[in-house]
Amino acid sequence: MRVMLKVWRQNNSKSQGVFEMYPVKNISGDMSFFEMMDMLNDRLVLDGKTPIAFDHDCREGICGTCGLFINGRTHGSLRGITTCQLHMRSFKDGETIVVEPWRAKAFPVIKDLIVDRSSFDRIMEAGGYVSIKTGGTPDANAIPIPKINVDEAMDAASCIGCGACVATCKNSSAMLFVGAKVSQYALLPQGQPEARERVLNMVAVMDEEGFGSCTNTGACEVECPKEISLEHIARMNREFLKANIS
Amino acid sequence: MSWVTTFLNSSIGKKTIMAITGLLLCLYLVIHLAGNLTLFGGADFFNSYVLRLSAFKPLVRIIEAVLLLIFGGHIFNGLRLSIENRKATDKKYQSNRAQENSSFSSKTMTITGSVLLVFLITHLATVWYSFQIEHSGGEFFKIIIGPVVGLGNLSVAVLYGVAMVFLGFHLHHGFQSAFQTFGIRYNRYGRLIEIISILFWFIIPAGFLWIVVYFGFLGGVK
Ligand code: HEM
Ligand code: SF4
Ligand code: FES
Repeated sequence: MRVMLKVWRQNNSKSQGVFEMYPVKNISGDMSFFEMMDMLNDRLVLDGKTPIAFDHDCREGICGTCGLFINGRTHGSLRGITTCQLHMRSFKDGETIVVEPWRAKAFPVIKDLIVDRSSFDRIMEAGGYVSIKTGGTPDANAIPIPKINVDEAMDAASCIGCGACVATCKNSSAMLFVGAKVSQYALLPQGQPEARERVLNMVAVMDEEGFGSCTNTGACEVECPKEISLEHIARMNREFLKANIS
Repeated sequence: MSWVTTFLNSSIGKKTIMAITGLLLCLYLVIHLAGNLTLFGGADFFNSYVLRLSAFKPLVRIIEAVLLLIFGGHIFNGLRLSIENRKATDKKYQSNRAQENSSFSSKTMTITGSVLLVFLITHLATVWYSFQIEHSGGEFFKIIIGPVVGLGNLSVAVLYGVAMVFLGFHLHHGFQSAFQTFGIRYNRYGRLIEIISILFWFIIPAGFLWIVVYFGFLGGVK
């Protein structure tokens, strides 16, 4: 198959970007979207042009490094996948595919399709951890935890920090990400000693970094590759309100 | 006191103010609609209802002051959130299929709210004001259905009708959203909230709309 790629090109964070058109031929439906991009980049290099910069690492949906806005949806239009898990068979032969970087003030473009997500790291530094001495491997059953909490905490912890929630949000809000990170500790006994400071500090840094405020549109839940539920935002709100009145 | 200002200026704090004031306004809508339904009892019935309310003037004034505070908080915070959220976004996407991931009403809260604001100001400046300067006691019903500021004036009737449709959209998202903000939308209460929500986004706006249609377009109670 063949497609026409309409890709955002931008030299650096200061420069003005533009869309460029790239026809790509000889694509197999079994290729991943990134393999198709690799093929295009090889050709650009051979032609003496600058290849398209895009973020990727594991290419199996676990690291959270990749993330493109494809044809108006984060990570493409399929549910529950990252961009690296997207295959060319989900596009039509001859289709024009618009490829854009995540757009949010807190995620400035570094080059082409790569954005700076270090704002997420700074939110994590503000409280996305537990300060306990771990020592040797602890006995998994030493602390009894209700199964339902374990499952919920695990669901929250599956957030890979890709930033799709911010990218799709009309307010560029990071509340699904922060909600997941607050929740994964709020649900477990190990998270309790620092629960209050955690939610206060993480929300404060989230606001400082310039993310918007959630208006509960629910777009993030639909677009999240790990299908993180809005319930985690609700839990963060509860934790935040609790922290403020206690 | 500083934790209060920190809270009020935080993203979740502002959301919380929206939710509290929004739900209080919903409560007010119920009371307001109940009062309006006396219009169907005819001129004498409605006039005596308004007169009876006027007998508690000090109490009415206190309620009005509280309402002003609630509306003020809601509008101030709503506009502030809209502006700040716009600032948080970068360039628009060339292609954005947002209709596939979120509802129309959730994305238009600022627009529907602003239309409600225009309606609110008009309503206060005309009907509320006319009621304040009307002392003879028997003219309230005439003001409501009359051709000046009432539903007998086509542009007033149209504005009121349109505003009620926007109210429906505003509350379609707003009512259940407030519970999510408090953190109770998504556990076992989700279904219940969805059902009660119908009262607010459909039945109540439809009730107000029916008054507009009945008295503005169908001739009303003679
Ligand atoms: C009778 C009138 C009104 C009622 C009953 C009402 C009710 C509500 C409710 C329940 C919410 C949801 C709060 C939440 O999401 O937590 C809301 C949100 C909102 N309201 Fe109103 N409202 C009214 C008038 C207005 C007016 C006059 C404005 C003028 C600007 C306005 C602007 C907004 C905005 C911007 C939001 C969005 C906040 C968000 O989505 O989180 N509203 N309203
Ligand atoms: S919540 Fe989902 S969309 Fe947001 S960063 Fe985590 S994995 Fe990505
Ligand atoms: S490259 Fe690791 S999740 Fe896509």
